[in-house]
Amino acid sequence: MTKNKRLDLSYAQMRWETVFRRILIIMSAILILLVVGILITLIMQSMPSIKSLGIGFLWGKIWDPVSNIYGAYPFLIGTLLTSFTALLISVPFSYAISIYLGEYNPKGWLSNLLKNSIELIAAVPSIIYGFWGIFVLVPVIRSFEAKIHIAPYGVGIFTSSLVLAVMIIPYAASLGITLIRMVPSPLKEGAYALGATRFEVIRSVIMPYTRSGLFAGVLLSLGRALGETMAVTMLIGNTSTIANSFKEIFFGPGNTMASVIANEFTEADHTVYLSALIELGLVLFFVTVVINLIGKRIITKFTNH
Amino acid sequence: MDARIGIRNTKSILFKGLIVFLAFVITLPLIIVLLYIIKQGIFQVNWHFLTNVPAPVGETGGGISNALVGSLIIVLMSSIVAIPVGILTGIYLSENPHTKLSYYAGLCVDILQGVPSIVVGIVVYFWIVKPLGTFSAISGSIALSIMMLPIVIRSTEQTLRLLPPSLKEAALSLGVPYHRVILKVIVPCGFAGILSGIMLSIARIVGETAPLLFTAFGNPYLSTAITKPMETLPHLIYTYATSPYDDWHNLAWGASFILLMFVLILNIFTKLITRKWNIQL
Repeated sequence: MTKNKRLDLSYAQMRWETVFRRILIIMSAILILLVVGILITLIMQSMPSIKSLGIGFLWGKIWDPVSNIYGAYPFLIGTLLTSFTALLISVPFSYAISIYLGEYNPKGWLSNLLKNSIELIAAVPSIIYGFWGIFVLVPVIRSFEAKIHIAPYGVGIFTSSLVLAVMIIPYAASLGITLIRMVPSPLKEGAYALGATRFEVIRSVIMPYTRSGLFAGVLLSLGRALGETMAVTMLIGNTSTIANSFKEIFFGPGNTMASVIANEFTEADHTVYLSALIELGLVLFFVTVVINLIGKRIITKFTNH
Repeated sequence: MDARIGIRNTKSILFKGLIVFLAFVITLPLIIVLLYIIKQGIFQVNWHFLTNVPAPVGETGGGISNALVGSLIIVLMSSIVAIPVGILTGIYLSENPHTKLSYYAGLCVDILQGVPSIVVGIVVYFWIVKPLGTFSAISGSIALSIMMLPIVIRSTEQTLRLLPPSLKEAALSLGVPYHRVILKVIVPCGFAGILSGIMLSIARIVGETAPLLFTAFGNPYLSTAITKPMETLPHLIYTYATSPYDDWHNLAWGASFILLMFVLILNIFTKLITRKWNIQL
């Protein structure tokens, strides 16, 4: 009797074992289904716009939902301009942080404090950067623009880029710190033994060794910048027309793909309008995913060496 | 010869100076933002502020209780969905690193991590809001749980991978069934790492606004019905910050202060846990 009971118990355990393994597999499968589902939903919902607007949608210069004209060019320009300006501003800082915390000062309380504050930059919600930007940065930029004699909007692509630059620094920096700390010390010691100065070691040993990894960090930052919505929406001015000169575009108000979706999605009142917005989302999805995957691929390659 | 060495040394010193300057100057924006939010928000917060709904335009006072309750409910519901799925998927990925399924699941985690939050909002709008015919707290929670998943999965996976295989082998050799090895030995050993991943993911989603614009939407009244629109802290900040009224700005400053403090404390707490248990995330 007792023997049977024990056998039953261990059979039960074995059944549970199989069930548990299955649950693990099902959960992972759900994850894949989720991503596939996201992709299919985006494609399905943007079908009406793909069908009626065609590929020319992407470089149509006019976005005028009232007259049923949809062109994504102003948003493409807005997204690319804000992201790359932000990237340009942020790269020197994220490289400097990587080098300082990776090479000059990898240990100690000051290093920890700085590293933690850099990570806090990423922790602050983007809505708070946006709110702060409206009330503090916009007036500053406005008076700056008045001084250099351009239309003093305050809001615009330039303002968004500044806030975006701060927000994306941590992504490249924290990766850079890890990678620079991974540079084998025999390499550095060899260079020092040959009489190299600190600067020369950084330039000719550390930088070449970590170049691809640091580039991957920049890609991750770029992915963040492209998809960032709230702070940009609050600061970019939300205009879908595109100015004529580069200076007016750069300092004037604009729109990014993410910000136009955030602003107009709930107002979109007919199929093609809504679907055009979703197509923007689809493009955004593809671009950020590809950039992220390339970045991740480079990192995996780098850390496996 | 001496002169060249001098130049090289000067260059090195100048370079160091530049690096140090750039590295520290970037904490300035953080400090400025933090101080400004604290300065604007701290005096808004009092008992009245925490327990009342926002006042209509023209009336002073009012609070943000609707957003506090809403954020709490929505984050709680997202956690209930995302934490079990995330931990189980993380276990699968760390236990089976070389199967085809884990390759594609890992790829999907990377993809999810890169998806802009606004896109998640669009998708959940079509999955849940449209079929139900109304904005709802439940759709907001689903959107946020999708944002949470990759962080929970990655932290679980990485924590469990760092555990020595001897732990699992010892348990298995005693005849402990597989699911009990995982749930009673492996997961408790990696508990601190998993917990810090969960806390980081909560800190991330509690400030997310973009996915909520088309899902939970917002609600000026206190509501606990999960099939109805619900206000959240970040959404309240967005609506009131972009409004033209000073009273509403003050509400938004107070809400920002509370949100910021919550996020910062959660982050610092996570740091302390990870340091105490020596976890690398």
